[in-house]
Amino acid sequence: MPLLFYHIRPEAIPKTRYLMGELAADKHVKYIISIEKKKDNFESVVMEHLRMNGAYWGLTTLDLLGKLDAMMEVLFVGGFAGNIGHDPHILYTLSAVQVLALFDKLDVLDIDKVSNYISGLQNEDGSFSGDIWGEVDTRFSYIAVCCLSILHRLDKVDVDNAVNYIVSCKNLDGGFGCTPGGESHAGQIFCCVGALAITGALHHVDKDLLGWWLCERQVKSGGLNGRPEKLPDVCYSWWVLSSLIMIDRVHWISKEKLVKYILGCQDLENGGISDRPDDAVDIFHTYFGVAGLSLLEYPGLKAIDPAYALPDDVVKRIFFAHRHCRSDLSLARRRLLLKLAVVFCN
Amino acid sequence: MHGRPRKPSKPEDEAASAAKAQKLRALQSQFLHNHQNNIYTKEAVELSAKLLEINPESYTAWNYRKLAVEHYLSLTHSDSNPESLNSIFQEELTVAENALRQNFKSYGAWYHRKWVLSKGHSSVNLELRLLDKFQKADSRNFHAWNYRRFVAPLMNRSEEDELKYTEDMICNNFSNYSAWHNRSVLLSNLLKKKADGFLLKEKVLPEEYEFVHQALFTDPDDQSGWFYHLWLLDQTVKVDSPLLVSSWPAHGYDLMLLGDSCPSSPFTSFHSDSGTFPLVLYFNQAVEGVNSSTVSVDCELNTIKDLIWKPLSANNSQTAQVWVTQLNFIDVEPKAYPVEVSLGHSQGIISSSGFHYNHSRFAFRVCVQPVENGSAKRLGGDVMLWSDEKFHIYDAHSQESSPVISLDQLSIQNNHETTASEWRTEAIAKEIDHFRELLSLINCKIGKLTLARLLMAHDTMICPSNKTHFKEVLELYGDLMKLEPSHVQYYKDEHSLVLLQQVTSSKESLLNHCFHYRNLTSSHIGNPICLRLNNLSLSRVGSFDKLLWVQMLDLSHNELQSIEGLEAMQLLSCLNLSNNVLCSFTALEPLRSLKSLKVLNISHNEIGAHSIDTTRYLCSSPVSHSAGSEWNPGEIINADTDVKSYWEAYFILKDLNLTQLDIVGNAISDEKFKSFLIKILHALKWLDGERLH
Repeated sequence: MPLLFYHIRPEAIPKTRYLMGELAADKHVKYIISIEKKKDNFESVVMEHLRMNGAYWGLTTLDLLGKLDAMMEVLFVGGFAGNIGHDPHILYTLSAVQVLALFDKLDVLDIDKVSNYISGLQNEDGSFSGDIWGEVDTRFSYIAVCCLSILHRLDKVDVDNAVNYIVSCKNLDGGFGCTPGGESHAGQIFCCVGALAITGALHHVDKDLLGWWLCERQVKSGGLNGRPEKLPDVCYSWWVLSSLIMIDRVHWISKEKLVKYILGCQDLENGGISDRPDDAVDIFHTYFGVAGLSLLEYPGLKAIDPAYALPDDVVKRIFFAHRHCRSDLSLARRRLLLKLAVVFCN
Repeated sequence: MHGRPRKPSKPEDEAASAAKAQKLRALQSQFLHNHQNNIYTKEAVELSAKLLEINPESYTAWNYRKLAVEHYLSLTHSDSNPESLNSIFQEELTVAENALRQNFKSYGAWYHRKWVLSKGHSSVNLELRLLDKFQKADSRNFHAWNYRRFVAPLMNRSEEDELKYTEDMICNNFSNYSAWHNRSVLLSNLLKKKADGFLLKEKVLPEEYEFVHQALFTDPDDQSGWFYHLWLLDQTVKVDSPLLVSSWPAHGYDLMLLGDSCPSSPFTSFHSDSGTFPLVLYFNQAVEGVNSSTVSVDCELNTIKDLIWKPLSANNSQTAQVWVTQLNFIDVEPKAYPVEVSLGHSQGIISSSGFHYNHSRFAFRVCVQPVENGSAKRLGGDVMLWSDEKFHIYDAHSQESSPVISLDQLSIQNNHETTASEWRTEAIAKEIDHFRELLSLINCKIGKLTLARLLMAHDTMICPSNKTHFKEVLELYGDLMKLEPSHVQYYKDEHSLVLLQQVTSSKESLLNHCFHYRNLTSSHIGNPICLRLNNLSLSRVGSFDKLLWVQMLDLSHNELQSIEGLEAMQLLSCLNLSNNVLCSFTALEPLRSLKSLKVLNISHNEIGAHSIDTTRYLCSSPVSHSAGSEWNPGEIINADTDVKSYWEAYFILKDLNLTQLDIVGNAISDEKFKSFLIKILHALKWLDGERLH
């Protein structure tokens, strides 16, 4: 059973032919929708444990493309068996919160329960475990901080201590690793810089040193790699680019060359974006490609926030708007949605 | 999919994939059934191993196995047979190893192994063999390196042994950033601990320079050694204790404090309606703990005690490079008051790396002028025009001493620190020779960039009057811009910073940029001095430590997209930033600290033209939660829609007492926005050159 059912208006998908060098937006929409239907190949079963992340990647991409409304309705069904039965983990809690934020349905969560789950994972030294089994990683610090901020519950954890732990993972090249002493990696840098951004603590970052390391991730083809002497990959268009933006050093890379690289990784025939030109596409890289183009101010895309990884208007709604009252949801719908919340914080 | 070619799937492939999927799905659902029902029979546990072998990322299966282990441990506890305990753990290690063979980037598998080890079960040789195997197969696998850092202390391997291991890895293949990284971690630990053989940096660092040269000079385009070399350079240059770089007023300064009379000297006089002026301390790095007990300000006036020091930092952090307090000379007898400032007499001023500030002192005089009633109005009543004909080159000979001299005095004071360590300058000089040699053989980017950095480091360490390398460094950055167009803005930013260091390096060069501002309609203002750094192609500003005295600054017609650091210029009252490329109001965050700012020109920039704001997270805002943030969550939620849609402008400008603002030529600047500005800026008299009523 899939997590989400999509009901598509057929006319929402026009047929257009694309040339290399433009964004094949409608093809990507079609691709994202098609993979929800394809559930019986090996990959989709292997990925089943992270269906929640997949939902976030797919839906955020649709929103950036301005096509979230192409869906008549998105029903959160009670079953979502692909995930039910799997253990709760902070990785999937963030995706759940982000998806609900996307649909302006955060109010269906039992916010205290979710935030208690997250704050319960903070350790003495300020770090966060991913779940009850105690794996520690700065990825989980980001997730905890991001989730709690979206839920307006950052006061539930020791923020100073959380910041101190992240700072203890800072390396001599200005980057950050998983744990103290861990090698700098663009994905990990995004997590640490993102968490510091959300907690208003970017003064701990040596912006010029880290900025130089990050801008040197751009290789000759225009793409970005995640560590020195590695191959470029579209997903780093997100990790590197968002970090460069948060520390105001994004002008140190060539945006034109990166746009070209991302567009060159599209499957113009069947939609979707891959890690490198002519590789097989997937939802993960499709999301990171489109999100990267949004950060590059590619025309026609909605702006995405570099720290929360949510569309800018969603972030504004979270922080600037009055909280919604629950009355606009039917009781049945709310019950279904509540089950979602329970899965992620039981 | 990472690294898998894109090709249309053949029907037979699809069928095979579907068959595999069906098998995996059956396995998965049987496993979930076992997990939910806490079934830990031999068959059930074996099934989870099968699942993990196919899909090591199935994290719930790892959790299940941990539960199963705990289940069996609770059973075997009574007979406490070490054999059976051993076999339980051995089985887990095998499953983890098999999973890693399938995918050695599996977080779950590596963590499972760690978990088993943390239960007290570890075989040193086994772990070492496994690591060797994985690190040979992929010498950059960061999971394996993380695991190595976890295992090494368990195996009682010393940091020296591990340092030797990185050496072996690098000698085997120098293109191994992971090994260089681990070397920097180990070496900085050993240096910090002053371990045997690592007591003296001057012994260790030259050897490391030699070592990294092998990598850099073999293949200058390989990045593996670049960052290690930069780290060594930083280790060579860096003096641990924080230093005071400059202050305002500077040492030996005679400050004329004016109430409402005409200034007698445009440089040394400071006009203050309120009788207060800022005292600014500029350190070489961010420090914390500047307060009335760590800094004493001695003056015969008893208004000057219990001073409140404020860090100039965007995020309300209590750590900052620049600190400011207000000195109060309200209603005091007109005469000269000597003031002595003494820093660090009690410990407490600490750098972010934990080093204490050493004691130092400086002194200046404040000459309070008698108040003359009914004298001239000050700037602000009249419109300030930035046109060229209003500015006249400053004639240094006709004036008395300028503050530029006194600014230099403070840096000289600190010099005993640098001359005390000759090895530093020697090491840098040696590196300069090496890189000149490299560049004579091959034209490479890293050679030029490193040489530029080395030359600047050299100039910083030696006596300020001997700064001779500016021209060469500027040329190097010019070359780099042409050599590598994709990073042109990085080199341009560096070029701008060096250019400003050159401009501020001597009194003569600085005076070339000083102009009198003469407004004919208000001759009584007394011709203030304006520092004009316009039309210099600057993409970034710096050298603020030399510019603390500036009250009027023209940075127009440059390429600035940031004014980071400008908050240090506490005396600024007039600022021209027009015709730059500033993209948002949050980029103007430094202005929030400039309480004297009256006249601001930000016309012809790109404010409002961009969908992505690159400075949003560099200031406190509703979307970030800095401690002690000035944002009251209720304030923005309950604010009217104008405040919500223009929150950046509201946040930056609302507490400024601007009398004149130019904003024309920005995408954001329409009638609606202008009326919003008039609403929030109560002191505003001029907007885009038009007088407001």
